[in-house]
Amino acid sequence: MHSAIGHDSASKHVAGTAVYVDDITEPSNLLHCYFGTSPLAHARVLSMDLSAVKQYPGVVRTMTAADIPGDNEISPMHKFDEPVLAENLVQFEGQPLFAVVAKSRTIARRAAQLARVEYEELPAILDIETALAKKSFVLDPHILQRGEPQTAITAAPHRLKGEVFTGGQDHFYLEGQVSMAIPNEDGDMLILTSSQHPSEVQHLVARSLGKPINAVTVEVRRIGGAFGGKETQAAQWAIITAVMANMTGRPVKLRLDRDDDMRSTGKRHDFQIRYDAGFDDEGRILGIEFIHALRCGISSDLSGPIADRAMFHSDNAYYLPNISITSFRCKTNTVSNTAFRGFGGPQGMVGIERVIDAIAQQLGKDPLTIRKANLYGVDKRNITPYKMVIRDNVLPGLISELEASSRYKERRQEIFAFNRNSPVIRKGIAFTPAKFGISFTTTFLNQAAALVHVYKDGSVHLNHGGTEMGQGLMIKIAQVVAEEFQIDLDRVKISATNTGKVPNTSATAASSGTDMNGMAARAASRKIKKRLLKFASKKFDVAAAEFQFINNRVKAGDIDISFAELAEQAWLGRISLSATGFYKTPKIHYDPQTSSGRPFLYFAYGAAVSEVEVDCLTGESQITRVDILYDAGKSLNPAIDIGQIEGGFVQGAGWLTSEEVWWDTEGRLRTHAPSTYKIPTCGDIPTVFNVCLWDKGRNREKTIHRSKAVGEPPLMLAISVHSAINQVIAEKLGGKTLPSLNTPATPEAILNCLYADK
Amino acid sequence: MHDTVRFILADQVEEIRNCDPTRTVLEFLREDRDLKGTKEGCAEGDCGACTVVIGELHDDGIRYQAVNSCIQFLATLDGKQLVTVEDLTKADRQGKTKLHAVQQAMLEQDGSQCGFCTPGFVMSLFAMFHNNREEPTGRVDIELGLAGNLCRCTGYAPIVRAAEQALSAERSDHFSGREQHIVDLLKSIQSTGTLQTSSENGHFYIPRTLAGLCKLLETNPQAVLVAGATDVGLWVTKQNRRLETVIYVGSVEELKQIRDAGEYLSIGAAVTYTDAAGDISARYPAFLPLIQRIGGTQVRNAGTIGGNIANGSPIGDMPPGLIAIGAKLVLQSTQGQRVCDLEDYFISYGKQDLRAGECVAQVRLPMPPENQLFAVYKVSKRFEQDISAVCGAFAVQIEDSTISNARVCFGGMAETPKRAKACEQALEGKTWNQETINQAMQAMLADFTPLTDMRASASYRMQVSQNLLQRFFLEQTAVPYPVRLGLRHTPGNEVSNNDKGGTGD
Repeated sequence: MHSAIGHDSASKHVAGTAVYVDDITEPSNLLHCYFGTSPLAHARVLSMDLSAVKQYPGVVRTMTAADIPGDNEISPMHKFDEPVLAENLVQFEGQPLFAVVAKSRTIARRAAQLARVEYEELPAILDIETALAKKSFVLDPHILQRGEPQTAITAAPHRLKGEVFTGGQDHFYLEGQVSMAIPNEDGDMLILTSSQHPSEVQHLVARSLGKPINAVTVEVRRIGGAFGGKETQAAQWAIITAVMANMTGRPVKLRLDRDDDMRSTGKRHDFQIRYDAGFDDEGRILGIEFIHALRCGISSDLSGPIADRAMFHSDNAYYLPNISITSFRCKTNTVSNTAFRGFGGPQGMVGIERVIDAIAQQLGKDPLTIRKANLYGVDKRNITPYKMVIRDNVLPGLISELEASSRYKERRQEIFAFNRNSPVIRKGIAFTPAKFGISFTTTFLNQAAALVHVYKDGSVHLNHGGTEMGQGLMIKIAQVVAEEFQIDLDRVKISATNTGKVPNTSATAASSGTDMNGMAARAASRKIKKRLLKFASKKFDVAAAEFQFINNRVKAGDIDISFAELAEQAWLGRISLSATGFYKTPKIHYDPQTSSGRPFLYFAYGAAVSEVEVDCLTGESQITRVDILYDAGKSLNPAIDIGQIEGGFVQGAGWLTSEEVWWDTEGRLRTHAPSTYKIPTCGDIPTVFNVCLWDKGRNREKTIHRSKAVGEPPLMLAISVHSAINQVIAEKLGGKTLPSLNTPATPEAILNCLYADK
Repeated sequence: MHDTVRFILADQVEEIRNCDPTRTVLEFLREDRDLKGTKEGCAEGDCGACTVVIGELHDDGIRYQAVNSCIQFLATLDGKQLVTVEDLTKADRQGKTKLHAVQQAMLEQDGSQCGFCTPGFVMSLFAMFHNNREEPTGRVDIELGLAGNLCRCTGYAPIVRAAEQALSAERSDHFSGREQHIVDLLKSIQSTGTLQTSSENGHFYIPRTLAGLCKLLETNPQAVLVAGATDVGLWVTKQNRRLETVIYVGSVEELKQIRDAGEYLSIGAAVTYTDAAGDISARYPAFLPLIQRIGGTQVRNAGTIGGNIANGSPIGDMPPGLIAIGAKLVLQSTQGQRVCDLEDYFISYGKQDLRAGECVAQVRLPMPPENQLFAVYKVSKRFEQDISAVCGAFAVQIEDSTISNARVCFGGMAETPKRAKACEQALEGKTWNQETINQAMQAMLADFTPLTDMRASASYRMQVSQNLLQRFFLEQTAVPYPVRLGLRHTPGNEVSNNDKGGTGD
């Protein structure tokens, strides 16, 4: 336990032998599926003529909404607000309208271009501003309030107002959406998909087929990247293949082309965040009001909990005694936005970090001083706006350590000195912390189960509800099981996530995969271990407590047999060597009526210092150095955790700098391929990139081996990059008003701020 | 004329008859050979997940280059070796799989998470492993070599560490051990005559001489000419277009030549960026950092300067610089040769001065005149492997502090790469000082009415174009402070270029 072991599939990754859905040997009678989409953002469908599609040589059949025997919907909350295939109304450019199966993918794609559809164009709402003006919402607005913010703001010695806009983000998982449906006897369906949420795919496929859930099995061995983009977004393609397979009686595969993947699947929500804050001479915030307006796209999808999490993270690491957050969930004629690493948290944090920077600018102080002045206390000033008492705040100590190890203060002075003699290339530095709540805010989702078998040769089969998307979940859970039985890691077989083995699972999301599935796998292992001990105790006539599992052996006094031998003996002794384990996160509760409770079991913490250079003639920027200190608790696997931190940070930096989701005035997404949508390359990462796990880390809560979640929080540490760029502009322009740099800080966004007065 | 495409895969000569003209290498690998290690990430040559390595005879040895298999047409492999991720491992005496040094380094440095991009990175590293073997590979080389591979999980840090590990050790492997064997195999599949392979979907021609190419063009005026297919490949993978007749110019001997004719440097239209980089930057050092930012390594290994010009992109990273230095274009047909100024070749959006039956044969770069100051700058959302929002090139001659000649050209500012004539006028005959620059920046407003699109707004394009002139002035007058970001990518701090024309791969 707690050792740096590489990814279980690494040797297969590098050899090209790791199997993804599209690599699975194809059944000989496989049909290839493709789909046709709306070219318009909002229109009534007057007629749809698919005859040319059908007549194209090699085409087997087509499918429209009318062919779906059950429910035509993909809403995870069953709100019936988003169809699998649009019927009479298209609501965004790229919305699927029909599908076609053919003997090859090329034929299916070519045929899909031949549909003749007549539309009557309707007015489209394409941005947040218009949606707000027209009160176009997918869900009702929410307000979270504590204290008397308006009174506190008015009474405060200082006040500032402002706005920041955070852009969307495409997941850009390297493996696009893909699904293969294989029909079985009795009309049952096996779905092989790249989904973070096999159970939801199973449920939605069953509903679309009008069958009970047990008629559908979904299997996921590994996902080529997900980041939230395959939580709800995989179901649509699985349903299309399942319905097609059901109609044709043949296996059907659908793999999206990158451009269609980017047009037709949801992204990170862009947010308009307005703030009004009152503060004292020390920069302490006395009262604050936030207004969030987020682009949800055409349907609610997961926008409700995402908007909620943005509200829950509007405090980030700071005590805000009087606060209100109003959240508008805007409906627009753009693809329905969805989960993305951080799930609203990053946007909420950008808001408060912007306020802190603005206060520092107004008071002429180091922003870190203002951050420290507002930081949550350890036993005082430690209640969140949703009235959860923070008992695990490690930030004061962690921040001090990072401040010293990164030489923040000295470097800040060095940067000022450099800038005095450098009018074109300017440097900047920023220090931002992150506090991120761990648990699904929808309480019932916080459950997980596992299935463990010990075979009679002592080898172990491990299965659980979590999916492997690169985050190293499988190796961590295998470590937990190997630890329980004290056997070598390679004795534990990692197996594909399968709804037939563990049912009713939650998505592998919210950074919860290891916390929950690790506990469930341990529970299952302990059940078997207990049975083995009882058996051994009886067989050897030694008290169960005397036995120890050590290094692939089981020992008590002079009894010393291998784990494999004990397994075989237990089998002969008719002992069950298979068990399920279950876990539900304790202590959590939340009442949306009063906006209060304990939505999170604990918080993950970290901090980052980023240094950047900006070209004040072009607005180009570059990250030159980053120092990160992260609290992974007692890390289960430092190699995996460091990988998550480095990767999450760079992904966050991409969101905040070069990744721009851009629609034209007709509502057509024009950044729908890597040629136009720019995620970081290896030249974009800082030359000096120091990532450390906090050596004092230990989860206060009884999580799996006292570790902490690591999937999402590091992304938010990249806010330091954006803040540092804005510091450069602020210093260049001078004055008491912080520049209003939005995200992403593209060269254009930066130059616009530099030239704001010109 | 023969009809069989022959190349080497896994030590065997593959013979493909009736090759579909637009079948890609990736489709061949995954669908025809069931080799699923090579992945499709974007099908447009921008993510590198599909990276394979092409081996070609070169100076009695083999040169290995990474390319994107998703947009390479299969028939272009004729006479070459195709190396995929499956070829890198080998079984040891016990039958256990032994990883290649680059794979082992990726494993040890935790260079994979989801693993989908990994085979592509491994292949890029493999190509780097076989290039510049005698020189150490530094961080700059690694960043250049891997800029065409996207990873969304790791944040690249462990991959850079893996590259440092693999490329600092001794570089021998089971390929270097069997190089002579592969050389012999490659020699056995070289052919001289035109290759024509036809299927129900159309025809693919590989002429070997310029005369052969022109003859084919005369009889097939509608044919699509392909060099690196870094653009035409997308017509197939993205627009689902069927191309009935494709002529590959990459084997035309005359078009692959670089010739120093004294008063000008002639670059054959089928010379890749990788191969042209060294000679061009020997005359015009300012071009090197630009060329290194065109696509990723895979694109530079396939893409050609001739193709970049011929396709008439309004941005086209090379044309602004080439126009600024007064480059000329040689156009060839069976009727003969004509030479035109490159700037006259671009008529309007999508329209070039290319007559039926004609092809772009050479680009001629003049000898830089004495006292010429020249720079070309690219501005894009991402530094590497992005298309310019604006690409600006400046060539001025100064005599006694007076600007005697000025040529300023921009890409991304109009429907074609276009000179800023008003700006030039404001410079010519004036003193080379800040005041002149201010006036020339103002004058530029009359030169362009740029567009707003996903790369940049009209106002940004204009502002940054003006500012690039300011940068040019500051840089050329050697002000005592930096005027460009970082030191990583500036001239003089680059990877050395060897005879392999390497840009660090």
